[in-house]
Amino acid sequence: MAIDARPPPPQFVAKLRRALGGRSGWKGLIAQVLFVAVLCWIGYEIVDNARDNLANQRIASGFGFMSQTAGFGVSQTLIPYQESDSYTRVFLVGLVNTLLVSAVGIVIATVIGFMVALGRLSPNWLISRIAGGYVEIVRNLPLLFQILFWYLAVLGTLPAPRQSVSLLDSFFLSNRGIVVPRPVGEAGLDGFLVAVLIAVTAAIALPLYARRRLFATGKPMRVWPVVIGLLIGLPLVAVAIFGRPFSFEVPVLRGFNFAGGSRLPPEFVALTLALSTYTAAFIAEVVRAGILSVHKGQMEAGASLGLSRGQTLRLIVIPQALRVILPPLTNQYLNLTKNSSLAVAIGYPDLFSVFAGTTLSQTGQAIEVIAITMGVYLLISLVTSALMSLYAWRINRSMGA
Amino acid sequence: MSELGAVTPVFVRGEMVPQRPPPVYRSGLVGMARQRLFNSPTNILLTVVGALLLYFTVVPTVKFLLIDAVWTGANRTDCLAETVGHPVGACWPFVQAKFSQFVYGFYPTPERWRVDLTFALGALLLLPLLIPRAPAKTLNAGLFFVAFPVLAFFLLYGGGVQGFGVTWSADLASGLADSVTRAGRKLATGGPIGSVIGPVLLGLGTLLVWLSWPLVALREWIQASSQPVWLDLLLTAIATTALVFVLTGVRNGWRALATTVGAFVGIAVVIAALRLDRGGLPIVDTRMWGGLLVTLVVSVTGIVASMPVGIALALGRRSTIPLIRIFSVAFIEFWRGVPLITVMFFATYMLPLFLPGNFTIDNLVRVLIGIALFAGAYNAEVIRGGLNAIPRGQAEAASALGLSYWKTTGLIVLPQALRHVIPGLVNSFIALFKDTSLVSIVALFDLLGQLRAAFADPTWSTPTTLFTGFAFTGLIYFVFCFGMSRYSLSVEHRLNAHRRT
Repeated sequence: MAIDARPPPPQFVAKLRRALGGRSGWKGLIAQVLFVAVLCWIGYEIVDNARDNLANQRIASGFGFMSQTAGFGVSQTLIPYQESDSYTRVFLVGLVNTLLVSAVGIVIATVIGFMVALGRLSPNWLISRIAGGYVEIVRNLPLLFQILFWYLAVLGTLPAPRQSVSLLDSFFLSNRGIVVPRPVGEAGLDGFLVAVLIAVTAAIALPLYARRRLFATGKPMRVWPVVIGLLIGLPLVAVAIFGRPFSFEVPVLRGFNFAGGSRLPPEFVALTLALSTYTAAFIAEVVRAGILSVHKGQMEAGASLGLSRGQTLRLIVIPQALRVILPPLTNQYLNLTKNSSLAVAIGYPDLFSVFAGTTLSQTGQAIEVIAITMGVYLLISLVTSALMSLYAWRINRSMGA
Repeated sequence: MSELGAVTPVFVRGEMVPQRPPPVYRSGLVGMARQRLFNSPTNILLTVVGALLLYFTVVPTVKFLLIDAVWTGANRTDCLAETVGHPVGACWPFVQAKFSQFVYGFYPTPERWRVDLTFALGALLLLPLLIPRAPAKTLNAGLFFVAFPVLAFFLLYGGGVQGFGVTWSADLASGLADSVTRAGRKLATGGPIGSVIGPVLLGLGTLLVWLSWPLVALREWIQASSQPVWLDLLLTAIATTALVFVLTGVRNGWRALATTVGAFVGIAVVIAALRLDRGGLPIVDTRMWGGLLVTLVVSVTGIVASMPVGIALALGRRSTIPLIRIFSVAFIEFWRGVPLITVMFFATYMLPLFLPGNFTIDNLVRVLIGIALFAGAYNAEVIRGGLNAIPRGQAEAASALGLSYWKTTGLIVLPQALRHVIPGLVNSFIALFKDTSLVSIVALFDLLGQLRAAFADPTWSTPTTLFTGFAFTGLIYFVFCFGMSRYSLSVEHRLNAHRRT
């Protein structure tokens, strides 16, 4: 059965078809119209039902509740907050707490993750097995399980403040959390801070300069003694000139609790520990895959040029591995931020816990509260993925691809 | 870098490196130890550190779990150091006492055989599916993914059916017609746009009512008869079989006909065996479910339900039709951008507001809907990766043969794509299995929730109860997740057989 050759369609009609229905033409147009009709119908049903249900429960919709008085206390606040503040303030407190736990968790997770990855790639058999075992165990247990384990089993079974484990009579570990001496600023603080700032800036700038000089002239420079000297020496000099920068307020046991000092609540400690050790296992795998993705010949080429193993890693392998590592690494950071919402299980006052938890149950404004919460997490995700796309674009441009 | 020409680059070695002795090949345990543990000072140091690390983690764990453990007892006093006379490790009587709670939750004891039967059936259907050499994969997969969930629902929840295909489609059609008519009536009264759209919708609703009238009349007749379920089943079977026969064509129709008839005979057997036409098994409300049962129900349902969602979204994202593509992208990005726990709260607190007031749905079902959408968005990205990996030539060859879009996708592209991404899908299933523990935050007592509930029991409050409970639960989670990940590795290995040299 032969198929007759079809006459070419008129250009105008073909363009219209494409514009309206994509590559599928009129069929695509019909599909779009039907699809939109179904969406409209579902949307209408949702809005209509929600309006009826809210009217029945006598809940006023809208964001007016955000300015009402919250009237509940929050156990840990970084910004000033009291019970008479509004729900907007509660939202901000939660957001800051979420960002704090995410930032601390990301730093610790990255450090542990890189260490475990390098351990897993180590030529030492025992170390690589231990790192592998860590990754397998931690990755195969639910995060909520780990959070509860740290909170209930490890920190919860610590002794009461009276029998607390103490180090040098100034650090105390008990079921009230970790209590450490609190630094109190004194006269020499400003000079000290300036010295530290200068030292840190120099410690970052010097290796960069040395690296540029190495690439430009081929002359290596030994920077680390200078950097360490700067980091230790400058603050010491500042102390010698301006006097003691701060003294420590040592916590003392008074009654059933500690007085003075700063306290890290057990919720924060458990959440940070669980989040960072859990994410570290994933980061370790990401880093390992990145380093393995660099061809073995690169390492050999470095060796044949006379570079040491450390130099080869630092100058040749890591920069290439970083291209592969960074996008999934950013994903893991994002996961950690989203997972910090599990704080609600142990009562750490993060965004989700104080806003979608307490505020929702007090006001009953389910639609608004959940929409705001989802929106904030979505915004964080979208910003991060936009930054990642920008990074990928820059990499592609610099690689000339 | 123009300066490079003026100086001698330091990266070029100036002197010869002295010859090194040839490496000595040593075999056996001693050789391995010398080569990989003690070949340099740094390595010796690392080995010592590693050994110390192991000594301080593994030894106490083994001592806690096995050596110092208490194995029998009736209550907390048997697990106290004063009674036993030495430092106490794990308190296993606690796990023994709470074991049935960890597995079944508060499921009524006389009905627990239903849970056992469901577990056994699931394992029986799953095992041959996992063994590559076992025959009849299509039949097996169909039974596991379609028949088993339905059967498991009636086994676990209980209850019977009032009607079958005809009744359901009549309900659906009249519901749709009602909704459209109601919307039309409401819109017609308000607003300038509404007064235009309203009458149109009203007309559409009336048309739908007229179209669905024969079906509704048939439903009335069936419900009035003495055996509504069987009559309905018979009618549905005849209608479906005829439809399948006509659609596949008379020449190839016989095979499809046999499959359809077989499926309906199977349904009839199940209905007869569970007496679904006479009310079925007693209903066990989902509030009574708990423990491993809920964990498995949520994860298996999530896995099965998220697959079609994921495939549809992945195809939608690659569609050339603009609005469908935009919708898919927005949907996927939305669900991937929010934490699962907000999805659970969305399902628990917001979803009921979106449904008609007289329509209540079970808490477990609400959470399942949320999980299916969430996992579907993640699966969609995995499947899209597989779709992208299929060379264009495959689809082009299919359209050169004259296959339609659906046939090209369903018979050529999708099977290859899914095969490619099995490891990725298993990864997202593992993530889903672990994430099911979050249901304990929205007041469903899964394994983790039961564990927390068990800690509250004063009969068993000893210093080591917490660690024992976590050790036991952790072991269960680990066995499931580790098993899945090892299985996916073996599948990957098998599928990549042609790439190994």
